[in-house]
Amino acid sequence: MPNKKVIAGIKCYHCGDHAGNFPINFDNKHFCCTGCRGVYEILADNNLCDYYTLDSNPGLSLKNPVSRVKFNYLDDEQIQKQLIDYRDEKISKVTFHIPSMHCSSCIWLLESLYKLEKGILFNRVDFLKKQLSVSFDHHKLSLRKLVEMLSSLGYEPALNLSNLDEAKRKDNGRRLLYQIGVAGFCFGNIMLISFPEYFGLDRFSQQSFSRIFGFLNMALALPVFLYSARDYFIAAFKSLRKGVINIDFPLALGILVMFVRSSYEVISHTGIGFFDTLAGLVFFLLIGKWVQNRTFETLSFERDYKSYFPVAVSVLKDNLETTLPVTKLKIGDRIIIHNNEIIPADSILLGGEALIDFSFVTGESLPVSKVFGEIIYAGGRQVGGTLELEVSKSVSQSYLTQLWNSEHFAKENKSSIKTFQSVVSKYFTIVLLCIAFTAALYWFIKDPSLSSNAFTAVLIIACPCALALSSPFALGNSLRMLSRSKFYLKSPGYIEHMAKIDSVVFDKTGTITQAAGSTIYYEGAELSTQQKLEFYSLCSNSVHPLSKKIANFLGSDSLKKISVHDFKEITGRGIEGIVNGISLRAGSHVFIDGMYLKPEADLLLSYVYLSYNNKTIGNFCIKHAYRDGLKPVLHKMGINRKLSLLSGDRDAERSNLKQFFPETGEMLFNQSPADKMLFIDTQKLNGFKVAMIGDGLNDAGALKVADLGICVTENTAHFSPASDVIMDAAVFEKLPDFFNYAKDTVKVIRISFVISLLYNVIGLSFAVKGVLSPVMAAILMPLSSISVILFTTAATYLYAIKNKII
Amino acid sequence: MYLLIGCSLTLALGFLAAFIWSVKSGQMDDDYTPGVRILFEDNPTTDESKKDNQ
Repeated sequence: MPNKKVIAGIKCYHCGDHAGNFPINFDNKHFCCTGCRGVYEILADNNLCDYYTLDSNPGLSLKNPVSRVKFNYLDDEQIQKQLIDYRDEKISKVTFHIPSMHCSSCIWLLESLYKLEKGILFNRVDFLKKQLSVSFDHHKLSLRKLVEMLSSLGYEPALNLSNLDEAKRKDNGRRLLYQIGVAGFCFGNIMLISFPEYFGLDRFSQQSFSRIFGFLNMALALPVFLYSARDYFIAAFKSLRKGVINIDFPLALGILVMFVRSSYEVISHTGIGFFDTLAGLVFFLLIGKWVQNRTFETLSFERDYKSYFPVAVSVLKDNLETTLPVTKLKIGDRIIIHNNEIIPADSILLGGEALIDFSFVTGESLPVSKVFGEIIYAGGRQVGGTLELEVSKSVSQSYLTQLWNSEHFAKENKSSIKTFQSVVSKYFTIVLLCIAFTAALYWFIKDPSLSSNAFTAVLIIACPCALALSSPFALGNSLRMLSRSKFYLKSPGYIEHMAKIDSVVFDKTGTITQAAGSTIYYEGAELSTQQKLEFYSLCSNSVHPLSKKIANFLGSDSLKKISVHDFKEITGRGIEGIVNGISLRAGSHVFIDGMYLKPEADLLLSYVYLSYNNKTIGNFCIKHAYRDGLKPVLHKMGINRKLSLLSGDRDAERSNLKQFFPETGEMLFNQSPADKMLFIDTQKLNGFKVAMIGDGLNDAGALKVADLGICVTENTAHFSPASDVIMDAAVFEKLPDFFNYAKDTVKVIRISFVISLLYNVIGLSFAVKGVLSPVMAAILMPLSSISVILFTTAATYLYAIKNKII
Repeated sequence: MYLLIGCSLTLALGFLAAFIWSVKSGQMDDDYTPGVRILFEDNPTTDESKKDNQ
């Protein structure tokens, strides 16, 4: 093949994948599969080829076309009611979550949908939330058609039960914006009105002005006090009732004292009060909160375990295939499971060739074949043809839901790790109250007139706004840095957890080995194009992982297969068949018994020998790869942490793994998901702060119980609901850097706390003397807040560079 | 002097009202997509553009 190299470099015009050795040519462009070509055709017909100019190869691969029947359940009135936001006689409005939206071309295409389908009246994209809202004429276009159209373009909406009971958080976010707006408005105006006071001008102006200004300030501070700062009072009150002192308590106390004292001063004509400081404080605090919320929103992902279940299943009733929501499934129902669908309930196999991938449940990565009459447990995924099953247990009783509903999942506050802020704010509040009372007592003895003055001044100046801001800013910022390197934390609080981890547990399959990255190469006499095609046809008859791997290596789905006669698959040995009248065999050396025998010493390697016309011509060598940089990663991680390994597989690889793992680490094999959970629990009982690193399929339970559950994924669209962190497998090598960065972030928080304490000490030294002037408070408060914000932002950025995160 | 204070406060209140109104109408809900949207060229489909030109 002289031009093989040239063709091998060709990328699919639509999705950018390698088009393989046999690209489909259409319109002078190359496509990797008919699916991609189909999308191009649709777009070209509708003059939407701008899609390709905005971003190169923006499309989504359609090598695994979605089954049409899959969306039949959308014709069910009840399901429609749950999905559709609004409906009247003419139009329906619906909002989809589309996980595959990823670039500006996607926005463009999804917003041009109305050009493709006349029934669509209006559609709009919210990119950050990956949402598409569509208004459509349901007389012209059914919901099912709409979803099918989106799927055919590669933008399959995620329709899950969890979407159905999604709470509306929109109003909450808007309320915060109102609060910020009110606080900012009042802050600015109070500052403006207080200017004469700052420069001592009112001594020259009339006394009456200063009084009016005082009352104006009070009027302006009232909405800040009653509306903007409301949440702090509520939070402080709630935590007090629980008997916990958190950061909200000194904040609320400071705000309250500030307002009461200032009002008293204004009403009694003794001063102008601290309204400017009050408004400024609340304004900065709310800004901090807003930054925090924004970070959440951008990185929010669904954790609900319901994401795993398909919404509805196909049910066979009176020989007719209809669809039913999973929750309505009854014992005895006959269900149809298509390729790649998850079995929703324990059921008995009635028909079809069942090959079930249980990696989700048991940890075994190879699909298991089941025969007629066998029970298939919920959570398995069918690989291959269509199955007919009879439900033997209702959904809620199934094994999987038991695992998911175990008490560990229900626990909200599962971790024993306390955040720095919560620990500090407790002591801070106690010390603060002590100082305030001591100052009050001291002045009560010496000069009673100054007593209340000093008491309130201490509470005002020590109001820990810098402390309250340092954590959200530092954590939020480093969260953003980490997510830039494809390390997504569920919430900023987990950065502090990461810093404290002293025991790391690794899962084997999919975590330290690469699921998709195994390499394959061919040794022996060169295969002609014809031979390649023949072996490809043979291997694509088998669903064995090795056969599939070889079939993928030799050709692609677009090739026309030659029919194979007398095909036989001998389990554990190999396959054989007659193609074009020539006998072909592929399998282990025992099966082939040729001259290319190699001792199978390396357990990481699998050999598949090829026999052509009863003559051995060569062999494929398939290597199950460990992740790149596994050794340095484990070495660095193990420096001051305990490392362990859990695997659902047999312990054949123990000797191989020994060279990677340090002596002290434990290695446990044949572990069921429940065993893994137990192991983590024991570690936690022994006082370790445990991080579990897994692929989130078979170790979901363990990920949840661990102090920090890290889910390594090759495709960020698929993740475990149980994990706290989702990590792109491509950045596995950076794992130790991430942990170091978490430690540095905590260091930054501590330093910024010291900075804010310094400001407090300066302020307090005035306050205890009873000579705190409003100007001083108005200067110190914003100064400390701003310097803390600047410091944390800059420091987390610099540490990110130092740790090579960005 | 009182008039001026009144003026400045009314003006500021006006801005506050404008802000609240903008939040209410959903301007702050999504601050990324509109920025990208404005960059898209408006290419009407061929037959529509013909109609427009005639």
